[in-house]
Amino acid sequence: MPIDPSIKKVLVIGSGPIIIGQAAEFDYAGTQACKSLREEGLEVVLVNSNPATIMTDDNIADRVYIQPLTVEALRYIIDKERPEGLLPTLGGQTGLNMAVELNEAGILEEFNVRLLGTSLEAIKQAEDRDSFRQLMMEIGEPIPLSEIVNSIQEGMAAAERIGYPIIVRPAYTLGGLGGGIAKDRESLEEILHAGLMHSRINQVLLEQSVAGWKEIEYEVMRDKNDTAIIICNMENLDPVGVHTGDSIVVAPSQTLSDEEYHMLRTSSLKIIKALKIEGGCNVQLALNPSSREYIVIEVNPRVSRSSALASKAAGYPIAKIAAKIAVGLCLHEIPNAVTKRTKASFEPALDYVVTKIPKWPFDKFDYANRTLGTQMKATGEVMAIDRTFESSLLKAVISLEGKETGLRKANLEEKTREEMLDMLQIVDDQRIFTLAESLRKGISVEEIHGITRIDPWFLEKINNIVEVEHRLAAEPLSGELLNKAERMGFTDVEIEALSENSNEIVDTIRRAHGMYPVYKMVDTCAAEFESQTPYYYSTFETEEENVISKREKIIVIGSGPIRIGQGIEFDYCSVHAVWAIQELGIESIIINNNPETVSTDFDISDKLYFEPLFIEDVFNVIRKEMPKGVIVQFGGQTAINLAPKLVSRGVQVLGTSVDSIDVAEDRKRFERLLRELGIPQPKGYAVTSIQEAVDAADEIGYPVLVRPSYVIGGRGMMVVHSEQELVGYVEEAAALSDEYPILVDEYINGTEVEVDAIADRESILVPGIMEHIERTGVHSGDSFTVYPPQTISEKTVETVLDYTEKIAKALQVIGLMNIQFVVRDEQVYIIEVNPRASRTVPILSKVTRVPMVKIAMQVILGDRLADLEYGTGLLPSTNLVAVKAPVFSFVKLVDVDAALTPEMKSTGEVLGVDSCYEKAMLKAFQGAGYSFREEGKVLFALDNRGKEEGAAHARHLAERGFEILATPGTATYLGLKGIPCRTVPKDNLTQLQEMMKKREIVLLVNSPTRGKDPTRFGFKLRNLAEQLKVPSFTCFDTLAAYCMAMETHQKREPMDYEPIATYL
Amino acid sequence: MKATMLLEDGTRLEGQAFGAEGTVLGEVVFNTGMTGYQEILTDPSYAGQVVTMTYPLVGNYGINGKDMESDRVQVSGFVVKELARVPSHWECTETLDQYLKRNNILGMDGVDTRMLTKRIRNKGTMNCILTTEPLEERHRKMLEAYSFPKDIVARVSARETRTYGPPDAPWAVGLVDLGLKRGILEQLLAHSCRVVVFPHDVQAREIEEAALDALLFSNGPGDPKDARNAIALAGAFLGKMPVWGICLGHQIIALALGADTYKLKFGHRGSNHPVIDMETGNVFISSQNHGYAVDGASVEALAATGGPLEGLRVTHWNVNDETVEGLSCPALGMRCVQFHPEEGPGPHDAHHIFSHWVGSLGRR
Repeated sequence: MPIDPSIKKVLVIGSGPIIIGQAAEFDYAGTQACKSLREEGLEVVLVNSNPATIMTDDNIADRVYIQPLTVEALRYIIDKERPEGLLPTLGGQTGLNMAVELNEAGILEEFNVRLLGTSLEAIKQAEDRDSFRQLMMEIGEPIPLSEIVNSIQEGMAAAERIGYPIIVRPAYTLGGLGGGIAKDRESLEEILHAGLMHSRINQVLLEQSVAGWKEIEYEVMRDKNDTAIIICNMENLDPVGVHTGDSIVVAPSQTLSDEEYHMLRTSSLKIIKALKIEGGCNVQLALNPSSREYIVIEVNPRVSRSSALASKAAGYPIAKIAAKIAVGLCLHEIPNAVTKRTKASFEPALDYVVTKIPKWPFDKFDYANRTLGTQMKATGEVMAIDRTFESSLLKAVISLEGKETGLRKANLEEKTREEMLDMLQIVDDQRIFTLAESLRKGISVEEIHGITRIDPWFLEKINNIVEVEHRLAAEPLSGELLNKAERMGFTDVEIEALSENSNEIVDTIRRAHGMYPVYKMVDTCAAEFESQTPYYYSTFETEEENVISKREKIIVIGSGPIRIGQGIEFDYCSVHAVWAIQELGIESIIINNNPETVSTDFDISDKLYFEPLFIEDVFNVIRKEMPKGVIVQFGGQTAINLAPKLVSRGVQVLGTSVDSIDVAEDRKRFERLLRELGIPQPKGYAVTSIQEAVDAADEIGYPVLVRPSYVIGGRGMMVVHSEQELVGYVEEAAALSDEYPILVDEYINGTEVEVDAIADRESILVPGIMEHIERTGVHSGDSFTVYPPQTISEKTVETVLDYTEKIAKALQVIGLMNIQFVVRDEQVYIIEVNPRASRTVPILSKVTRVPMVKIAMQVILGDRLADLEYGTGLLPSTNLVAVKAPVFSFVKLVDVDAALTPEMKSTGEVLGVDSCYEKAMLKAFQGAGYSFREEGKVLFALDNRGKEEGAAHARHLAERGFEILATPGTATYLGLKGIPCRTVPKDNLTQLQEMMKKREIVLLVNSPTRGKDPTRFGFKLRNLAEQLKVPSFTCFDTLAAYCMAMETHQKREPMDYEPIATYL
Repeated sequence: MKATMLLEDGTRLEGQAFGAEGTVLGEVVFNTGMTGYQEILTDPSYAGQVVTMTYPLVGNYGINGKDMESDRVQVSGFVVKELARVPSHWECTETLDQYLKRNNILGMDGVDTRMLTKRIRNKGTMNCILTTEPLEERHRKMLEAYSFPKDIVARVSARETRTYGPPDAPWAVGLVDLGLKRGILEQLLAHSCRVVVFPHDVQAREIEEAALDALLFSNGPGDPKDARNAIALAGAFLGKMPVWGICLGHQIIALALGADTYKLKFGHRGSNHPVIDMETGNVFISSQNHGYAVDGASVEALAATGGPLEGLRVTHWNVNDETVEGLSCPALGMRCVQFHPEEGPGPHDAHHIFSHWVGSLGRR
């Protein structure tokens, strides 16, 4: 069937900011969808508030709106664009919810917009527990014993009928938000509370627990012709009980017999047909490990994280095909993009094993609860491909970029057998290492299976790895043993460590036996048909399939899994680097391991290697390809960290030299450089003992900024105000050593300014400067940021530019660099220089319309800035004002302190764009999900340092008609200042919780005394506000910005929501 | 123990032996199913063939007592990337290795099966020799001298007639066993048929005397043109009673009608083959295992001759390579399909074929 001729213009809604449970996979899906629709000759209009995405690039859609995903903004855009169709199923739960709201508000009807693809009825039927269960019963698909409840009381009663343990699943949430498994009445009440709160419709499903069953997923597609196929099935290594987003997942399923595989396949097809889904859908099932009994857990009637994984695992672009189905095409009419010979209506056959491991943020939040359950905590994931399970698993482990280069984890090696038996009871992020260590300690596969319910098949495979570890340690390293270890995926460093051989010896044996990996293609069809797709993975096998072209080529190192501090923006940069390289007529090759991203889409680069970003794997690719050079400056810290290792192996790193990168990262060298250049920086010392720390702080004067050296995203950074706090910090800091000192720096209370520049050794181009709303002490990734600066003098800007140019020249920077300054009393200090692409590159590229990555690539390949289109120096700003707002995932990480500190915690960002600063600010807050109330209670809980400044805000809010509540100490202070307020006791958190729930308290202002201590009142209060979505501020600057936005909101001036170009 | 495989084109593959020891000759084919090795091993259509699985990990769920498509292992040899030495499944009664040993079938693992698959794809189905002995000149000679047996159907067919299902079933279907998969019999039984399974060389008279509602020609191994008995038998019953066919049976019916068949370069073997039903426009995924196909042009030419063949048409096509997947001729009461609606292994999508066929018989 051809596409519907009545549809000419389609609106695509993106998924907004990255949060836990909704990450880069929707940039991938949205980008694919837009490209796919345009391929069919349709005009595409895209709305998304997230500026770090590739989908919001001008070349992806015909018109791009970086505007908040609110009904008001969408109504404006729909009115203006008058699209015939709306595609709601590719923007995650956010996009879907937006479509539902637009429909409920009557806007779709008003403007005659048709929902394309899966109908809202189908979506509701799949997402509303009650109607879904009804449908399952009608078609005879098994579901667990369960009841739907709308209140705690109903829930408690239902649990008596179903029995404990019992699963709580809220309706209409993402990533299992607010869900959990309750073991008893008490825990049920608690979980129910959160669950009801998080459900969009205050509805929760209580369900019989099938914990311990196999968890299996099927990715299904269906077209309007009722053709339905499976793209890929997946098996969770962790049995039911851990959220699939937090599970290690393999594709295809490994332990299912043909009968079981097809029984569940048939069930999935039956469900998608009954729901009449037109597009992609994910079906989750639980299979009893000792019978044919199974139940349907849930259905996602849209493109999801799993479908991104399935797309990469199978080589089948689900989002692209889903978009085509939505506009009326049928599966058998769409060509298979990989083989070009077959059609989209066939089921991919894999001839390799795919392993996905989630990336959790616990390395940053070492105090957070690391246990895993039904609520997702991972920020990202890695995927690995190989022809054995062992190697696929080990590659994935290495891709996590942890300290581990295999399945050995130092902190577990010390444990006893008994301790390991206890640890097996805990499901946490180190589970895979725990399994291996338990086997090493002689705990049998049966015993481990008994405790963990993990299928013995997986445990046997892990045991194979452990056995080879033993052999490596016990036997002389022979060619046979090395070969065995390599095939199993052991890294060289692991082989060297275990066998106590030098790299030279291992390398000699390898050379003698010619033991190098070959590369095989991911082709959707297990080699049945000839394919041209340049999508490869390494494996120790016989036949090399990799075709090396004779063209000049450049390898771009990707940024690996999404994590706090290194997000989707680096994928944006990597993809743009690839495009720039292609435009310059050079073959582009990307190496990356993140299945969620656009960069690992097989039609982005000329060649894609799905590999760990581990030096050995990267170097193997380089050895094969012999590129002109390797680009590390776009792949975040991951790629930068590889640079010295590449250089020491004789690889040409293009752009800024590795030595310059080292100057910027090495404290002593950097200090010396700034001294020579006469550029001030905060005073600071690297200390290796408590006494040194105390002395340094005394010398500098409190407050001081303390942090460990060499970190991403300000991990463990803190402002300390007293010796007591300082000593506490140093004592808690792990392993102080000469190699890893602690840095004690002067804390300069001022305004932070951030510059992204492109340099070519002669001059610099600065497309724009950004100013932070929050004063120093809040991590740049967590601050509101405005372009262009609003409070900085011209003189300061000149100084900033001057320093930037001096540093760029001194470091001989070629390509992108980012510098963070702090300005106090017109005095400019340098805090940090990153000679690489930064988090703000996508934003600045979009708001200034300067293709920064492309220019950087041109410069890297030898062009002079002066000869290029945008010239040199600081480009003038326009009428446009853009405010970046950080977005946090505290609701998922309940025990992470919500207070803003120098340690980055946000997972995503949105951009507010307007020609008026106040409106841009309002849009930023709206885009980030803040609500505005005109009346109600504002709760103040201030520490001593914050009382004075807090009081001014309290007065202001009281004058605006808000009722001020305050904790006892704060109330006394406010009373003294003559600000009317009501005291609330600190010991009655429940009362405050009730008030927040009822939306009586509409705002919380809290300046933390300590932070990170979950037992303290302030910690609980902040996190309560986050859970209940009450706007909550721990920094007065953010509060002031919020008040400004609130006042703008109250003016009720007409807002416009236009593409960026309109505001220039 | 080492095992070696030599292909007709000179390709030599080495790996570890499992299962039995010895030397076998056969035609090497690949199957792309990611599960279903037990069904594949016991499918008589694989008789005379050495099968390699494109999925690298084989034997994961071991062998159970029920997923057999016939009463013995039918393949000549089995080549995989990695044999699961420790399987895990609640129904598992023995390992794949034990099973092949017990059935005296050679297996080999540690092979780059993707390379092997590509060889077969590029050069077409080839003969091979698989041995646990050191490869010598005599093995080469054996391979050169080898040709696929022309009487392969006779080797796998039932020896005598047997009846299954209740005597009072609403319908009685004759099933000519050319290498019958158990799944076909089970599907017919599940559709309330009494089934009389005949050996491949059954006399027409015996079938006539059985008072049947329809006659189904089963799947089976080899070149359909070698199955002369069956072709003649199909010719004798076309037009006299509803005649159905699956896989080899489908090819045999086509030949009996006067259409032609040809050998595919490397065949269709797997669980993921898309088939479009020309009546509904629906596409479904089918299980397939065949090395020969019916020539579509010859079918069209036949249909053009008119008479009882006027309504002859292709009912199903393969979406990937547009080969013939199904035929019907209403005037003759003939329906046949190239794919395996009974699955085993593979998707259940085509079970409806049996409902349609049996449904077309009307009430008795």
